[in-house]
Amino acid sequence: MSTTRQLLSSAQVARFTAHGFLRLDGIVPPEMNEEALAVFAAGLPSVPYGTPVPKAFPEGSFTRRLVELPAVAGALESLVGPDPTVDHHHVHTREPREGSAQPLHGDAVIDLRTDAFDVQLMYYPQEVTAEMGGTLIVPGSHLRRTNESDTGRYQNLRGQTRLTCPAGTVALLHHGIWHGGRRNDSDIVRHMYKIRFNPTVPQVRLWDTADLDAPAVREELGRGFPWYEQATGRLEILNRIRLWRALTGDPTFDIEYWATRIANRPAAQRSQA
Amino acid sequence: MTMSTTVRQQVLVLYLDTSALDSRVIGWARYDGTGTTRPTTGDSDEPPYETGVAALEDGWRLFQAAQLVPPYPGTEHETSFLKHEFFFEKLVSGG
Repeated sequence: MSTTRQLLSSAQVARFTAHGFLRLDGIVPPEMNEEALAVFAAGLPSVPYGTPVPKAFPEGSFTRRLVELPAVAGALESLVGPDPTVDHHHVHTREPREGSAQPLHGDAVIDLRTDAFDVQLMYYPQEVTAEMGGTLIVPGSHLRRTNESDTGRYQNLRGQTRLTCPAGTVALLHHGIWHGGRRNDSDIVRHMYKIRFNPTVPQVRLWDTADLDAPAVREELGRGFPWYEQATGRLEILNRIRLWRALTGDPTFDIEYWATRIANRPAAQRSQA
Repeated sequence: MTMSTTVRQQVLVLYLDTSALDSRVIGWARYDGTGTTRPTTGDSDEPPYETGVAALEDGWRLFQAAQLVPPYPGTEHETSFLKHEFFFEKLVSGG
């Protein structure tokens, strides 16, 4: 997909693993942001589920140029791998003074995969101010097993991200993240273009792993979030360790011994010997 | 003239750090039966109270608390909904 590879570092992928999303602020050039609004107004052609990127978005098309921006292409390749397929794409529009927000939700249906994940690209062609009601994202919610809008009762969580961003910002989200379009209290129509990508290769060490053992990696993976309950927050770390083991192919990776301790069964190991 | 005796319910839902009512608020939601406010998703970053007890002190009446339910065997490490959910109400007359 990319002619100039700008792969993510291990610390960045660890941050994605902990937060469930990654922001690339203002990386789309102004001329493309201006072009985007006209492209959205004209309507984007629909794409059949599971279409390879080159077929879904022909050479020279707006979307093809968007996903081939070096920073975008590199981040996508680092997370979902080369040659992903396009699940679907859609322009989400929040009208001015719209009366309600979306309920907090995860997209699609409850997803039990532990060795694969989809990535959702969200592109904001305009500056998004607090009044415009940018996307609400709950950091670290992506590994919770909940179905779609069953989380709608949760209006606010400590440490939530009420996205405000400069024009040309791209966010890449794990498919499971809790999010929702906030109420637009401004006089400006707000657009967000979302593309869901499915991996076609095992998502193992797809990024620049030169810093795999850097302290920043453990720092990111051990991170807590203000809305985590004390006890469940420990399970979040455990599940994050399991995801990182899958992403790195390293079955011994651990943080503060959480996973190793509860797998220590001398009697079972002796009986297998 | 007859005086209205209608009483309407304001509901506050607090999600707490542990099952203790005096633990820290980590999430919140409001629903207003008087129709004077329209709370919604993502409308505030700061909780209305620091703890569940702080809501009691401000006159909210607790009417439901989440039960402590052991995990189903085999799912002990899975995370899902917030566990420590407390429903409060205020009854407001008028209307």
